[in-house]
Amino acid sequence: MNRLSTFFYKRPALVTLLLLAIPMLYMIVVYLGSLFALLLNSFYFLEEFTGLVVKEFTLSTYVQLFKPTNLGIFGRTAGMALAVTIMDALIAFPLSYYIAKFASRRLRTYLYIAVTLPLWSSYLVRVYAWKLILSKEGILSWFVNLFHLNSLLDALLSLPGIGGSSLSLSPIGMFIAFCYIWLPYMIVPIQTALERVPKSLLEASSDLGAKPSQTFRNVILPLAFPGVIAGSIFTFSLTLGDFIVPQSLGNSRFFIGQAVYSHQGTSGNIPLAAAFTMGPVVIMVVYLLIARKLGAFDAL
Amino acid sequence: MRSKSYGDKASLGLKIGAIGTLLFLHVPLWVIFLYSFTTDESTYSFPLPGLTTKWFGVALQRTDLWDALKLSLQVASLATVAALILGTLAAAAVYRSNFFGRDAVSFLLVLPIALPGIVTGIALRSAIGSLEIPFSFWTIIIGHATFCVVVVYNNVLARFRRMQSSQIEASMDLGANSFQTFRYIVLPNIATALLAGGMLAFALSFDEVIVTTFTAGQQSTLPIWIFSQLVRPRDRPVTNVVATIVILITFLPIFFAQKISAESSDTEGETK
Repeated sequence: MNRLSTFFYKRPALVTLLLLAIPMLYMIVVYLGSLFALLLNSFYFLEEFTGLVVKEFTLSTYVQLFKPTNLGIFGRTAGMALAVTIMDALIAFPLSYYIAKFASRRLRTYLYIAVTLPLWSSYLVRVYAWKLILSKEGILSWFVNLFHLNSLLDALLSLPGIGGSSLSLSPIGMFIAFCYIWLPYMIVPIQTALERVPKSLLEASSDLGAKPSQTFRNVILPLAFPGVIAGSIFTFSLTLGDFIVPQSLGNSRFFIGQAVYSHQGTSGNIPLAAAFTMGPVVIMVVYLLIARKLGAFDAL
Repeated sequence: MRSKSYGDKASLGLKIGAIGTLLFLHVPLWVIFLYSFTTDESTYSFPLPGLTTKWFGVALQRTDLWDALKLSLQVASLATVAALILGTLAAAAVYRSNFFGRDAVSFLLVLPIALPGIVTGIALRSAIGSLEIPFSFWTIIIGHATFCVVVVYNNVLARFRRMQSSQIEASMDLGANSFQTFRYIVLPNIATALLAGGMLAFALSFDEVIVTTFTAGQQSTLPIWIFSQLVRPRDRPVTNVVATIVILITFLPIFFAQKISAESSDTEGETK
């Protein structure tokens, strides 16, 4: 035993290699291998008559992505992801700011847990909560009735494109649920970014005669921005790839996730489903590159 | 004397905004809790027409639910074990040495949760399908392990970085071999990080639905059962009860795991 121990002690590089071998083998073979298989599949095509996948190199599957219906799916999903990201940044800011700058150490621990607890508790159950709240006979309608806002709600639901027969069957409902579900991903990075702003900087600003609102605009907001970008990576990426919320709360107009799900499922068109997922992958890679330029990775 | 210093006290508007955000995060969960006691069987009407506890009893009788729960627990346990082993090994390797490409290791581990779940899901599905492996219990676990590794890795690596390496040196100087040092010095040091990482990995797997829909065969985990009810609600009252129970079961482990991570990262701040 001791000799074995000495043997390893003298060869630290070997030990590192041995430690790394199993996890890396797993991730590279299973995960990267699968991603590669996916990429490969996107260059195959589905023979319409036989319904079988033909394993020959072609770009025809990618060409299908540029049909108007499919472009519509990409546009709709990216638009939703953008709207959710902006809204989440707005909702997250006050709480992040409060936790970072005003909460005592003890309170901060509890607030941090309060923010991350919903994140870890069941994602499906949280979507389900909105199905209950937003349904026609549900709690939100009751409040709308209570405050006599029915005409406002009806006007909102009759808007073309985002309206629907009820909140739980409309893009507005999806928007609310998405904002809710990804909100903690926005709060935490903004909080982290704000915690790094030294108090002396804010004092210097006010010593030099800035009003609180000026300090906020010229010092705090620019320094919080990398945090917002970091958070937006999650809110944007997660909205792009989700099919649970559109399936549960949306109308019949597809999002990227649903398109992928249905192409691989019912029609067995794995090549088209694979090509579809390359959409979010490309969008995310571009997004990450921009985010890195804007300094988001320092705030993660 | 400064005239108006910045940021000694939160303004009222900020407090209201912060409380509003907190309520937005938590009230929906209370709503579910409330609905599990409704007497309404066919709609989600509010105010509740009446209160009852009978649905808890009905849910307990459902064998499809018990099977789904059992499957979810088995999958989560095995995925957690796999994540603990793989994550700890990777964390130890990255901590020990400054080798070329350790950023690549972190990047590779974080990729499965950074990319949208459908990408991981369909990638695994097309790979497993083209190898003609039947979709089963084991393919679910293979999928879950890929994205659970990173939470263990992050927790354990953070702990390693806070651990004083002088302890290890002292142990070796006093004649302990590497294995004894690991057993008596390293393991006790990282124990709570393993616990926290393991609990979070368990929660992550227990809750996962997107990757699971792609890697499962005919099996139905609890999230898949809930998802089917979300799309086509057939047993509304039972679903309400299941949702409440899921919140209650996951609440305590996650609360403690978060407290362990939050407190240990707080002490890190103090020593700096």
